Amino acid sequence: MSLYFTKDHEWIRVDGDTATVGISNHAQEQLGDIVFVEIPEAGRRVGKGQEAAVVESVKAASDVYSPVSGEVVEGNQAIADDPALVNSDPEGQGWFFKLKLDDVGELEGLLDQGAYREWVDTL
Amino acid sequence: MTVNPSGWRPSTPTNERDETHTVTGNRALMLEEPLIFEIGNTEQTGVDFAEVPQRATRLGGLERNREIGLPGLSEPETVRHYTRLSRQNYAIDLGLFPLGSCTMKHNPRLNEKVARMPGFADLHPLQPQETVQGALQVINELAFWLLALTGMDSVAMSPKAGAHGELCGLLCIRAALEARGDKREVVLVPESAHGTNPATAAFAGYRVENIPANAAGRVDLEALKARLGPDVAAVMITNPNTCGLFEPDMKAISDSVHAAGAFVYCDGANFNAIVGKVRPGDLGIDAMHINLHKTFSTPHGGGGPGSGPVVLSQALAPFGPLPFVAKYADGTYKIVEEENAAEEHPNAFGRMVAFHGQMGMFTRALAYILSHGADGLKQVAEDSVLNANYILRRLADVLDAPFAASGPCMHEAIFSDKGFADDVNTLDLAKALIDEGFHPMTMYFPLVVHGAMLVEPTETESKASLDQFIEAVRSIARRAKAGDPSLKAAPIYAPRRRLDETLAARNPVLVYREPPTAQAAE
Repeated sequence: MSLYFTKDHEWIRVDGDTATVGISNHAQEQLGDIVFVEIPEAGRRVGKGQEAAVVESVKAASDVYSPVSGEVVEGNQAIADDPALVNSDPEGQGWFFKLKLDDVGELEGLLDQGAYREWVDTL
Repeated sequence: MTVNPSGWRPSTPTNERDETHTVTGNRALMLEEPLIFEIGNTEQTGVDFAEVPQRATRLGGLERNREIGLPGLSEPETVRHYTRLSRQNYAIDLGLFPLGSCTMKHNPRLNEKVARMPGFADLHPLQPQETVQGALQVINELAFWLLALTGMDSVAMSPKAGAHGELCGLLCIRAALEARGDKREVVLVPESAHGTNPATAAFAGYRVENIPANAAGRVDLEALKARLGPDVAAVMITNPNTCGLFEPDMKAISDSVHAAGAFVYCDGANFNAIVGKVRPGDLGIDAMHINLHKTFSTPHGGGGPGSGPVVLSQALAPFGPLPFVAKYADGTYKIVEEENAAEEHPNAFGRMVAFHGQMGMFTRALAYILSHGADGLKQVAEDSVLNANYILRRLADVLDAPFAASGPCMHEAIFSDKGFADDVNTLDLAKALIDEGFHPMTMYFPLVVHGAMLVEPTETESKASLDQFIEAVRSIARRAKAGDPSLKAAPIYAPRRRLDETLAARNPVLVYREPPTAQAAE
């Protein structure tokens, strides 16, 4: 399993040709208390960089982009029912959706954990 | 009567600390007020209604099967309830309302006087047109002024607010593209645009793509040019933009958008800063809504409906919506609608409203325009910009002003939370402003500025009023930098202490339910 990040603050954990996507701890900190999440339905096609989910906090509403293209296998109903999970465990139980990858090659160019941290520090 | 016998205050536990209670919960002229359901008895009514005669129902099983539980109050109880609530509210008539991108300015009383004249106020929208020629003339003259101020070709008066106007503009663009057999799917929205723009484009069926801002807070022209192509229908730009900055490349932006076969929509929410100074038509804009409830001082934010006329360029004018008012050579006015549109305006994209728009707002806006005159409107723009720059420069040493180095701002000054102590944020400053007797500024928007505070004073504030606001912000900003923990407790003097916004959003309780008896007796 390997973990990547985007500059839009999504993380993607890849296991073979399936992946789990969520938003980074930095993202949830910046958003503040999350009050609403819209997750994609299973079967939906998403393109790399295309909006796949919506996250809304007391401060702002943002789109969550899919780091790679593929087909949604499952949306995390648990965060739709209890959006606070995204704050308390953003990179664990607070995942957004699972995806069947179209092309593993698309992972190239994403940031690894170290590079993402360094990039966040420059913000 | 309306005394709350339990003294119960629906508030956070923290505000019970160190406070002595009165029996009523009132504190002199600060009157506590329970919900209307808590004062009103559902068993009684303040009005004598005749018994409803029993009739056979024709609702086929859909009739109401229980009481709806409306509270019964006498007229004085009702009047007092709402008057007491109104005293806990903040309004432009009480003080400075610095909400950025909102243009909360004074509503001149002359406007109100004119709007209440029975010849305008008592009209019915279905009255014969011969009997409402004066009202139609008002719409037509307001349209004339809006065209003169924007340098555009035609105006759709019917949209009912800003976002409605945006939709109207995009539907005109869609109709113009379809008329030339052009299918385009993308609308580009810069980061510095208003938040409603991407929502409008999505609602109109377009795919939205962002264009980044450059370091000076303006549209990145090169990034925009690079993205333009045969799939782009329109670019939606806010100018002056949401950072309170004028887009100096506007003409170049319009030229490249037009060269790519697309249209330029401008969000006119910030028009106040440039009225009489710059004509959007000269900048190559194809459609722009004008918020009468912002720029032209009609009531706003609970005080009245919005109104968002859309000015259109020559290319879009043929596609504007029905109905509209036309003036004829004999001096009469007529509403052009579906039945007479064939000869007058055959290519309208359709209709957005049942009638012809917000008549009460039209009379107020025209009264405002005529009482200011061309020179007065120009001075409005100048003074609003001057006031914003006064705030920007007087606060720049205590608050981070990310774009201050790039020159003067337009009608609104923007600050970030940079330099605040770690555990203090923009929300704390805003809550402390409530204690100082001000409505907070716009917070956390635009997103391109961290912990944004967007302040729009408008031209209607005096220097004394601005100075008082500035001193309040300076004092709170110093506390924020020093990490004063008491900021977390703000507001201390408001009728309610800090509300749990997270809980309210996650678990909104929108319907009144009678509390269990045990709790009510506490």
